[in-house]
Amino acid sequence: MDTKTGHIETEQEKSHGEISKPIDAAVIDRIRADFPTLHQRVHGHPLAYLDNAATSQKPHAVLEAIEMYYRKDNSNVHRGVHTLSQRATDAYELARKQIAEFIGAGSTREIIFTRGTTESINLVASSLGGMILQPGDEILISAMEHHSNIVPWQLICSKMGAVLQVAHVTEDGELDIQDFRSKLSKKTKLVAITHVSNSLGTINPVEQIIADAHALNIPVLLDGAQAVPHLQVDVRDLGVDFYCLSSHKLFGPTGFGILYGKESILDRMPPYQGGGDMIDQVDFSGTTFNELPHKFEAGTPHIAGAIGFAAALQYVEKVGFDVIQRQEADLLAYATEGLSSISGLRIVGQAQEKASVLSFLVGKSHPYDVGSILDRFGIAVRTGHHCTQPLMKLLGVPGTVRASFAFYNTRSEVDRLVEAVGQAGAMLA
Amino acid sequence: MTAPTTILSRAQSLVEEFELFDDWMDKYQYVIDLGKELEPIDDAFRTETHKIQGCQSQVWLQPCSQGRDIWFKADSDAQITKGLIAILLRVLNHSDVSEILQSELSFLEELELKEHLSPTRKNGLDAMIKQIKLYAAAIQASDSIRS
Ligand SMILES: Cc1ncc(COP(=O)(O)O)c(C=O)c1O
Repeated sequence: MDTKTGHIETEQEKSHGEISKPIDAAVIDRIRADFPTLHQRVHGHPLAYLDNAATSQKPHAVLEAIEMYYRKDNSNVHRGVHTLSQRATDAYELARKQIAEFIGAGSTREIIFTRGTTESINLVASSLGGMILQPGDEILISAMEHHSNIVPWQLICSKMGAVLQVAHVTEDGELDIQDFRSKLSKKTKLVAITHVSNSLGTINPVEQIIADAHALNIPVLLDGAQAVPHLQVDVRDLGVDFYCLSSHKLFGPTGFGILYGKESILDRMPPYQGGGDMIDQVDFSGTTFNELPHKFEAGTPHIAGAIGFAAALQYVEKVGFDVIQRQEADLLAYATEGLSSISGLRIVGQAQEKASVLSFLVGKSHPYDVGSILDRFGIAVRTGHHCTQPLMKLLGVPGTVRASFAFYNTRSEVDRLVEAVGQAGAMLA
Repeated sequence: MTAPTTILSRAQSLVEEFELFDDWMDKYQYVIDLGKELEPIDDAFRTETHKIQGCQSQVWLQPCSQGRDIWFKADSDAQITKGLIAILLRVLNHSDVSEILQSELSFLEELELKEHLSPTRKNGLDAMIKQIKLYAAAIQASDSIRS
């Protein structure tokens, strides 16, 4: 261990305690060996992939599970009497069970397979929104939502004559909980809030949000796209009514995701595929639809997606959230300290509780310019509004440069980031 | 008196200038510096209508012409973008409209800049070239009506 590492450790132990103790570099090296994409050069430099909030890289275990399915078991599910179809169905439904266990769902009936967080939210907006909203009713979101957790509500609100309410976000990038509470009322029919902000990393006080909403019998949907890669989520502990996530941000394949919903509510909701137009003619008390969860899964599903995602979850469990959180907390603290030393650099989003997402601006430089220069150094970051235009407007920035870390990132990658940002700042000054 | 330059000759001299750099950082720095020398646009043109769509950064384009002589002023809130615009305008400004309409603008490849541009930036630059050609075409059309 070098002296630099030792110094940071003691600094952190004062404030964060044991959790931020860095993981042994040899452990991270072994983990990195599981991710083929990480081992390549970009513009002559080793790739430093710091865009994990956009999508994560995939370990061998996931790639192999997908390949094995297509090589050996490929067949349609729930349909055939033949052996391959049985194997495919078994693997597919086993994946549902593993996913249910991973997020602590009560049963597989509560796990709806979707294309991702976006579709999960759209499903609830269209199906539940179409069922319960009356003119003048309200849906409460926050100002830090991803467009995926804004636009579906705007669409259903305008269709049903309902109103979209928005809880404020403070300058530090935290939910203004007082404002949130003041906007909860008898008219509120659903609260839909992000668990972790994709732009700023803010971890929202979801227990409090759920308690406040439930006190008024208001159901809560959490957008968990950015939470599940960093936090161990237990939907039953949380008592949340809906939880949405994307496989691809959690080391699984793209085009696959989950809607968790409480069975009691899902049961009453009309099928998504029935479409909004039919909703008025549906009698919910005497439902003739398919059983949960299939009621919401029309057509041949993304079978390989489910199987690949289950393999990803298994992989994450093998690494363990203790290791993940220690490594990520260390990287976040180390990067925050490193970047803060650059003159003119401003970190956007300074919430008390943060996942390993770091948004920043360098002097007056456009994020896009900084990102282009970082790319030349082999460093992948995201620039722009991160699909949160209202939040950027509120914070008065055109966008940010965002570095987002996974447990396979290293301090030496952070060192390179800090140095390259310094260079970019000098070039653009 | 020096011989009148053409789009091709101006592009050629830019390519030669860029050949002096063997380091991408120097090249980028030069692009950034060229951007700083860009003549500012009139505030009246800093509007939505004069914005080029398809850029991650904001780009405004102001067309100017006198007879068949056509030139542009432009601005961007991103410096590398602004530098790329400066390069483009250095080559295109004060050309005859027909020359602009016929030009291939392959010099951007020769500068080995385009390959370093992100897809959104490439789209932005293409959108800008398209807009410039549209202005040129409009002048060409009104010119042929008059004559
Ligand atoms: C907070 C948040 N919500 C929703 C989404 C949308 O996820 P997907 O594109 O996988 O549907 C994202 C992805 O960027 C996100 O970060």
